[in-house]
Amino acid sequence: MIEIVDLHKSFNGQKVLNGVNLKISEKEIVTIMGISGCGKSVLIKHIIGLLMPDKGSILIEGVDITKIDIKELDKIRERLGVLFQGGALFDSLTVYGNIAFPLREKTKLSKSEIRDRVLDALEVVGLKGMGKKYPGELSGGMKKRVALARALITEPSLVLFDEPTTGLDPVIASSIHALIKATHEKYGYTGVIISHEVPKIFEITDKVAMLHNGTIVDVGTPEEIQNSTNPIVKQFITGSHEGPIEY
Amino acid sequence: MRTLIRIIGLWTLLQLRTIGHMFVFLINSFYFIFVPPFKIRLLLRQIRFFGNKSMLVILLTGSFTGMVLALQLFYILRKFGSEALLGPGIALSLIRELGPVLSALMVTGRAGSALAAEIGMMRISEQIDALSAMALNPLRYLIVPNIVAALIAFPLIVAIFDVIGIFGGYLVGVEILGISSGTYFSLMKDYVFMEDIMVGLYKSLSFGLIVSWICCYKGFYTGFGAEGVSKSTTEAVVLCSILILIWDYFLGAVLL
Repeated sequence: MIEIVDLHKSFNGQKVLNGVNLKISEKEIVTIMGISGCGKSVLIKHIIGLLMPDKGSILIEGVDITKIDIKELDKIRERLGVLFQGGALFDSLTVYGNIAFPLREKTKLSKSEIRDRVLDALEVVGLKGMGKKYPGELSGGMKKRVALARALITEPSLVLFDEPTTGLDPVIASSIHALIKATHEKYGYTGVIISHEVPKIFEITDKVAMLHNGTIVDVGTPEEIQNSTNPIVKQFITGSHEGPIEY
Repeated sequence: MRTLIRIIGLWTLLQLRTIGHMFVFLINSFYFIFVPPFKIRLLLRQIRFFGNKSMLVILLTGSFTGMVLALQLFYILRKFGSEALLGPGIALSLIRELGPVLSALMVTGRAGSALAAEIGMMRISEQIDALSAMALNPLRYLIVPNIVAALIAFPLIVAIFDVIGIFGGYLVGVEILGISSGTYFSLMKDYVFMEDIMVGLYKSLSFGLIVSWICCYKGFYTGFGAEGVSKSTTEAVVLCSILILIWDYFLGAVLL
């Protein structure tokens, strides 16, 4: 489904990605974890095609998105759903308008079909009856739920979650994790989650990759990662301030 | 000395690159003006945004500009015994020069700054990235409606400014300074021609383009965080104000 090959990216001479290699299979949920500022969001922006690498390639369903024009890239983006870190909801639209937006703009569905799908999505994310509210009236957790509903409304085959639970309390964070798991079972998408919510994130992910100093230092199932002998992974999971990770 | 030349050279190259980038942004935006689907609802919303945001300030500045013009022109014209020319003097000053320039400066401060800040906030809160991720072109959704709306709204705003200014001048010239109402308006009809109105129209159209282009560009390529948005909003207002005055001179010289 996704293959990242030797990805390099620098900003003003500072190396952020330094040869990232990662394979993500179809219908699998992969979590990319790492300390703050290690380049996780930069990596996800490369997968969306918002950033172009200095070197390397990203293959989505066999197509190298670093070598195609914007029209072809948009065709790939149409099969993509993204939950941004802050939700990225449109302030001028209601909750209903935000969720309906991709359907109105990218499909030829009738008003009633759009209405049915949006109301269904609101129910799935536990926000029934909240359609008329504006993003400014919502709490952080509710915003993430709306953003999740918007990301899934077009039933994409690939969904990217950029820190879906950052800034939320543990109860709301757990509910978002449960939602990701439930929607994955319902829609069967391939998921990439950027997170540092250990160990909770291990409950919903099939594979975990540790990003450090611009490279993937370890990949494995949640069990393998939790038993990893890699000192960087060990320090990250235990949350110890002593170890090879410099901060 | 060589270091100084190098610094000047690097600065010049940077400025040239920024100007080039701004023109590429404008040309790309213009392309989407003519390529469907057209976002009519967004366009109407932005016309309302420019008009609604600026109307009160336009009414106030327009009326007081006309009143001040009446006072000053009456003082000058009285020296030559030509007080009767007060009406056409006010009308020509407003229509050809002060109406387009002052209303463009006012709209820049009121709606232009809000526009740069709004687009800047959309950038830092990843709303623009969200549009791209949905395979929707942000220029079509955010920039084109603003440029077209400004091209439609600016001439209307300037027309309102001119009319209010003329009536402000009437209030002072006729009601306070004692010029006859008939003289004020009838001589205006004799001295103000269609080409004067067209000069005002060309100016308002070009100022509309300048304000929407610069404010959208600065917001679209804002820096990081609240500080970045604040900086780009200030830059947008300052650059628009300077460009309006410079362009006004050149256009005035050509159209005189």
